[in-house]
Amino acid sequence: MSGGDLATPGWEHFPHGADIGIRGIGETREASFEQAAMAMTAAMVDPRTVQPRIEVDVDVEAPDDELLLVDWLNALVYEMNTRLMLFSRFHVQILGYRLHGSAWGEPIDARRHQIAVEVKGVTYTALRLARDSDGLWRAECVVDV
Amino acid sequence: MDTSLFTRHDEYTWEIAPRSGMHVPAIIYADEPLVRAMDDKVYEQVTNVARLPGIVKASYAMPDAHWGYGFPIGGVAAFDPDAGGVVSAGGVGFDISCGVRCLHTGLGQGDVEPLKKRLVDALFDRIPCGVGRGGRIRLDAEEMDAMLTGGAQWAVEAGFGTRNDLERIEEQGRMEGASPEDVSAKAKHRQRDEMGTLGSGNHYLEVQRVAQIFDADAAAHFGLKAGDVVVSIHCGSRGLGHQIGTDYLRNMVVAAGQLGICLPDRELACAPIDSWIGQSYLGAMRAGINCALANRQIITHLTREVFTELFPDAQLALLYDVSHNTCKLEEHELGGRPRRLFVHRKGATRALGPGHPALPVGLRTIGQPVLIGGTMGTASYILVGTTESEQRAFSSACHGAGRAMSRHQATRQWRGREVVDELARRGILIRSPSLRGVAEEAPGAYKDVTAVVEAADQAGLARLVARLEPLITIKG
Repeated sequence: MSGGDLATPGWEHFPHGADIGIRGIGETREASFEQAAMAMTAAMVDPRTVQPRIEVDVDVEAPDDELLLVDWLNALVYEMNTRLMLFSRFHVQILGYRLHGSAWGEPIDARRHQIAVEVKGVTYTALRLARDSDGLWRAECVVDV
Repeated sequence: MDTSLFTRHDEYTWEIAPRSGMHVPAIIYADEPLVRAMDDKVYEQVTNVARLPGIVKASYAMPDAHWGYGFPIGGVAAFDPDAGGVVSAGGVGFDISCGVRCLHTGLGQGDVEPLKKRLVDALFDRIPCGVGRGGRIRLDAEEMDAMLTGGAQWAVEAGFGTRNDLERIEEQGRMEGASPEDVSAKAKHRQRDEMGTLGSGNHYLEVQRVAQIFDADAAAHFGLKAGDVVVSIHCGSRGLGHQIGTDYLRNMVVAAGQLGICLPDRELACAPIDSWIGQSYLGAMRAGINCALANRQIITHLTREVFTELFPDAQLALLYDVSHNTCKLEEHELGGRPRRLFVHRKGATRALGPGHPALPVGLRTIGQPVLIGGTMGTASYILVGTTESEQRAFSSACHGAGRAMSRHQATRQWRGREVVDELARRGILIRSPSLRGVAEEAPGAYKDVTAVVEAADQAGLARLVARLEPLITIKG
């Protein structure tokens, strides 16, 4: 788990009081969305313990990029909560303000998955999507756990 | 935080005078070390809330305040619907009506100790907790709507608990004005298997002993004496509340422009109380309150089943059930006349003083029990509402210890197994589906709950009655 300020593609957490800040970093906007989803999974469980064997697709649409990020992550929260699954691999396609995403994972297995918290919802706190001066996209916000 | 930012009125009252768009002052109740330890974000958030339309009197932060989203956790703010006042989904939070309920057991520590191991295992077996473990109850569409309208009253009618429980729950167990039709299908779907479940994170069920009495008269009114064993349950409205928060936070962000609301930050998303979206949120949020009340009622029933098997004479009467994430329409005196205000309490506990008409007969002369959850290894507290709390912060107090350290830091500092073993050496038995969760909730990751409740007591928000120490913790 990274402590912060990653300068290469990947994901990391940043501290936020009682909750957790998640940050996805990628060469493209889509990649940063995928990495943000990984960071969200890692807030709950070690993603290396989650086998990416079942695919779930989600489609969301939002009036701007930052809302699209929140909607994407909230769609995953909903799928995790209602399917009782965890995800560890993601693919995102964005066309305008529409996002088609795929998530691969498996049903929760209490013996193998040490789930520390469940994500209740994705907040607009510290919400940021930008391409920084190093050319990398960063997609970040705080999730309520 | 830098204390020079404040005007200090007394040892426990810190004010930020209105500036740049603030309609009212911001007031923090805490002692100096607590204020110094608070995140700078509390300053930013408590002053941002003071900029929202229709806020009256002040934007308050309780002694356990910390960085939230939009509102600080530990924030209290009241809005006047006749002055363009707003309702904010972030001002209630995702876990709508999260709260604490405390049950007497009628047992002493000496009764429980010989059976403690069996008790912890039976509770862990029977009370669903953690992620991915559903409850025994699955509601169809019609029952879901009945639950969302009926709250704990619905649960009692469905066979969970007794009618006597209801008078010891806020709103007599049923929040008026709930509208299940304003709750999305997604929110209802998330709740389908989650009735009667604790959840995860900082939620718990504890068996506790009354370790110390501070106020003998109030303790006698509450039926508490040193050495008594009680059960405390901390949880909320589960997936349903989380999805209502998600849905309406987004609706309010998107609608802000249309509604003519200029937000300092998106996370402050809100809507005028008299707008369609404001009314729709209130209806859904009240349904969420009923869900939380029903949830704690069902868990109470499951707890009683376990106790009855091990202690056939135990009754487990309800002391009180109080929520700390709500927005409620209440009457408060302002400028010498009664006003109907929408009071947001986000990580703050209502604390009604003696004589308040909303209190049941048995509590009316003494005031409302204020239930403050602590951490696994330390203590929880019971306080009582005071008359002066009405003037201090619309009859509100703190809600818990508040985190001192992030979850990430906690997992680097402690291992779950070591925390469990260390607490076991001190006679506290922990059961949790997740050792990582135990590490994240390690006692040292929280502020000193004793300092928080002492500040609440000294600030006049509520008065200390009893200290509770854990014997058993079921951690979600």
